[in-house]
Amino acid sequence: MARMRTFTAALTALTCTALTLAGCSSGGGGGGQARSGPIKIWYSNNAQEVSWGKATVALWNKAHPSEQVSGEQIPAGSSSEEVITAAIAAGNAPCLVFNGSPSAISGWVKQGGLVPLNDFPDGVSYIQGRTGATVASEYKSSDGKYYQLPWKSNPVMIFYNKDMFKAAGLDPDHPALSTYADFEAAAQKLVGSGVAQYAIAPAPTNEFYQNWYDYYPLYIAQSGGQPLVANGKATFDDAAGQAVADFWAGVYAKNQAPKEKYNGDAFVDKKAAMAIVGPWAIATYAGKVNWGAVPVPTSTGMPADQIHTFADSKTVSVFTACKNRQSAWDFLKFATDQANDGTLLSMTGQMPLRTDLPTTYASYFSANPEYTLFAQQASRTVEVPNVANGVTMWQDFRNGYLKSVVFGQQPTSQWLHSAASTVVSDIGK
Amino acid sequence: MSAMEHGEPAEPAAPAEPAEPAAPASPAKPARRGRGGPRSKTMIGLYLAAPYVVYLIIVYAVPIIQGFRISVLDYVYAAPGASVPQPFVGLKNYREALSDPLLRRSFLNILEFLAINVPLTVILGMTLAAVLAKLSRMKTFFRSAFFVPYVTASIAVIGVWYFLFSQGGLMDHVLGSWAPNPSWLVNSKLAMVVIALEVTWKQLGFYVLLYLAGVLLIPDSLYEAASIDGAGPVRQFRAITMPALRNITILVTTLALIVGANLFAEPYLLTGGGGPNGATMSPALLIYQKGVEQGEPGVGAAIGILLTLFILLVAGAGAGARRLVQAREAA
Repeated sequence: MARMRTFTAALTALTCTALTLAGCSSGGGGGGQARSGPIKIWYSNNAQEVSWGKATVALWNKAHPSEQVSGEQIPAGSSSEEVITAAIAAGNAPCLVFNGSPSAISGWVKQGGLVPLNDFPDGVSYIQGRTGATVASEYKSSDGKYYQLPWKSNPVMIFYNKDMFKAAGLDPDHPALSTYADFEAAAQKLVGSGVAQYAIAPAPTNEFYQNWYDYYPLYIAQSGGQPLVANGKATFDDAAGQAVADFWAGVYAKNQAPKEKYNGDAFVDKKAAMAIVGPWAIATYAGKVNWGAVPVPTSTGMPADQIHTFADSKTVSVFTACKNRQSAWDFLKFATDQANDGTLLSMTGQMPLRTDLPTTYASYFSANPEYTLFAQQASRTVEVPNVANGVTMWQDFRNGYLKSVVFGQQPTSQWLHSAASTVVSDIGK
Repeated sequence: MSAMEHGEPAEPAAPAEPAEPAAPASPAKPARRGRGGPRSKTMIGLYLAAPYVVYLIIVYAVPIIQGFRISVLDYVYAAPGASVPQPFVGLKNYREALSDPLLRRSFLNILEFLAINVPLTVILGMTLAAVLAKLSRMKTFFRSAFFVPYVTASIAVIGVWYFLFSQGGLMDHVLGSWAPNPSWLVNSKLAMVVIALEVTWKQLGFYVLLYLAGVLLIPDSLYEAASIDGAGPVRQFRAITMPALRNITILVTTLALIVGANLFAEPYLLTGGGGPNGATMSPALLIYQKGVEQGEPGVGAAIGILLTLFILLVAGAGAGARRLVQAREAA
């Protein structure tokens, strides 16, 4: 009987220990001093950014033997947001991640995972000096602080395959794609002639971020630079939002875009004659597609120099798991100074979020004129709104978009109206 | 019928003492009897079971309790050391989950999935096992062939099915103008049917194996006697094989229900995260979307608890129906 009691007691103790452990949501110390020492950073895993990351880290390490930086590609996951969220919760986030998404920042702040850059004496002045106070303000959180440094943008534009356009009898050098009617006519020719299976192939899947590459850039353009949400209210339940929804609904209804996920890059594989993407993709098109690029269309064919688009920017944040935060901040400034931004531009073709981009790197743009358009467009970009529950808001928006626009199971006006109230409810949770 | 049902005791009531010629007055005798008695055996049993109990606690009990705890909190995946308030919110997460039309849709989708998957699994599993047991040639080949999809990685199997059922895929080519429009995986009426068929096909090998073990235990003499009485193969299957496999069918049904209700990989990978207008959305996929992708662990955990209750309800209803049938048969 005594042994039975011992066994029961041991089992109870074990259960209690397990439950106590389960009950621990946080513990330990984060370490908050702005001190110096070795740090770890993550950068994106595309080949060009990996090369840039390695070169920048090597340059820094040569000059800072006591503040060595170890750089790694961001671990694989279904999205970098998920990986970073998990790393914050596990306490093993690096000091810096050069791949932050503005839509995820509010969630990471809520987790207690980010250091306000205002904590560094020159934090605000550096951000605003580099990016410009107006553009930088888009990246400010609701408490008025900067938890992210706006690093680079990838202004979303329409890429087209010149060879396919030529084969379909369209002008490959100056294609008429500025109005919805132009776009529709070109799409009809491309698909009708059998040159392309699809005119364009945005992913019709339900990941929360997919509207950044179909509806949102066109809405920004059509509305003259409106974000999805402004002053706590949805902006898109209006004529501009309706026009864009109807445009895409027409594309899907005429089977000019696939309703099913394409495994691969439909533009590279020449299944689609156009793509809606930023300049980061140019490297993947090299040697495979004879491409050209134009601004996203608007209903009336707005002049190119007035068109706004989605920035698709990436930011850099300092994480609370970092012990040597001063070194992290110093490295962040080093990696985003004029020289390293120039290296980033030349190695990746992505646009550093600087006020003086076309003039600072004038020699680069004269040597690479195909990037000039993106540099010009970079000054007219809009980011995702920096709101609470941004991911939830985009997910609900996406679910409704698929139902109404892609699959035509709900009138677009009805969807826009209900999405506007859902968005307000999501960000107000 | 098991040994227990034959009225045999689970363990001998009085285990025979080893034949020891020692004198009955030996002082060691009572101690030996004490160690070998029922209480001692209970202790040994408990010690042997302890590692599994620990495993159950860590792997099942703790996550369920933790899941319930998260479901009643405004939970945040807080950074270690961060002071993040996580207040008790009662049933708020449950209300939010239940007010989401996608959750209702996901449970209806699962019912549709189970309505196809479970009967198909039972019928095909039992039939194939009966046929495989009778094979005299290439037994090993066929048994392995049915098992291959089960041991193949889901992503590879899904790749094959995508090749078959995607727009312009093999099935569309075979059917030509008879192919459905919209295509299989973007057709809100067909997408879940394709997924149910894929999962049935992938899991079938395992269930065939369970049935095969049962079929091989049926004495040949029963079939011989039935044959002499003039029963054909169909009659033999209905009168001998099916009743003999009743317990295995209960096991297969229960397993298929539990596995099916946790459907995740196929809607996520085959139909781009839930299919057209959520036609293949499953509760498990919704838990992932809410709890991981959207940073709402409280709502995700609430859906998890609701899914657990749903599985218990469905499995319980199945068990109740079986008891009812058995009671009627006994009467």
